Amino acid sequence: MRQETPSQTVGPFYAIGLTREPMNVMARDETEGQKIRIEGQVFDGDGAAIPDVMVEIWQANAYGRYHHPDDTQEKPLDPTFSGWGRSATDEKCFYSFETIKPGSVPGNDGTVQAPHINLCIFARGMLVHAFTRIYFADEPDNESDPVLQSVKSKARRKTLIATRAEHDGKVIYRFDIHLQGENETVFFDM
Amino acid sequence: MNIKPYNPRDWKSHPPYSFKAYGSSVKRGPLKKLLPLKQTLSEITGPLFSAIKLKPGENDLTHHPETGKEALGERIIMVGRVLDEDERPVPNTLIEIWQANAAGRYHHPIDQHNAPLDPNFIGAGRCLTNEKGEYRYLTIKPGPYPWLNHPNAWRPAHIHLSLFGPAFVTRLVTQFYFPGDPLIPLDPIFNSVPTKSGRERLMASYAHDVSEAQFALGYRFDIVLRGRKATPFEEPS
Repeated sequence: MRQETPSQTVGPFYAIGLTREPMNVMARDETEGQKIRIEGQVFDGDGAAIPDVMVEIWQANAYGRYHHPDDTQEKPLDPTFSGWGRSATDEKCFYSFETIKPGSVPGNDGTVQAPHINLCIFARGMLVHAFTRIYFADEPDNESDPVLQSVKSKARRKTLIATRAEHDGKVIYRFDIHLQGENETVFFDM
Repeated sequence: MNIKPYNPRDWKSHPPYSFKAYGSSVKRGPLKKLLPLKQTLSEITGPLFSAIKLKPGENDLTHHPETGKEALGERIIMVGRVLDEDERPVPNTLIEIWQANAAGRYHHPIDQHNAPLDPNFIGAGRCLTNEKGEYRYLTIKPGPYPWLNHPNAWRPAHIHLSLFGPAFVTRLVTQFYFPGDPLIPLDPIFNSVPTKSGRERLMASYAHDVSEAQFALGYRFDIVLRGRKATPFEEPS
């Protein structure tokens, strides 16, 4: 039995190793599903938007299948879509992803999970990355999603839901992340 | 669907989110209790980069990727294995590497440390583990550098590593350190790891069997990711 290697912060210079090239355009023209943009800011305990933060996401394709051997569902894979993306922030401290809306994936014990995106946050000052999820405001299945419903406080549950807007016919979901404070995002131990 | 979960994150191994001595962690670590989430298909899957095609030379930081010119400093050969907690190798997994140059300066616009940049050293590389979980890359031993965390603060020499492993929950970003560095006991980032054995697991060791005569010194650093305990009733029949 070995023990885990401890986590350490990405520090202020992670761009050299991790975000030299953009990795936040996940959907191509031919990718199946509804094209969406996800964007937001990450706020510290003073309510200031953090510039040196990196966000990674992992999601199922439009059919609700993950591009991974442990997903043995009989749903199609989309060869144009890996489901993974990474974003640093722009000059206004926004991260963003060009992706597609994922389909529903199964939960445990015969349940169904509402469409969601899995998210992982790294920053200078974060000694360990934090896990959370993005749900979509316009999904009725949110009401029966086991993970979302496990958040007892309605106000805290809201921190996991991206708001929807349309600009020039483009669907944009806004998902801000609060590392601390009154609206601290729900982070998971998983 | 049959979900075979990964072991929980071992919080005895990892630093807390907030560690006073590391000033910038105080406002950036979540303060509320993490919500337990029973792993689902979303957590036990994750990006695999096993099919990625690395360019020749991505595991050699001692040469500039375009010009091929040689960087200055002490050449080192880094080897090690990526394992899970049950000592099973993690094969074909991507390792991303970044670091300061021999003078302790990063090739990054916000690094204002008054130490020379080396035009031949970018300080970034990538490699994949082989079938046995082994990796190897060539680099320059990084220098220590000053930072503003506290008066006369210096980071010990270290190299940053980023790994994915087989699932979303096995993600790890870490830093490792070199034996004999007097700055290590003074470093709040190193000291944020709560146990002595955890801190020891961030130390590379000198590996004379890896050193090559007339060429470079060898160091070994193993990386352990979260494992996946098989319990009898979760095994496929």
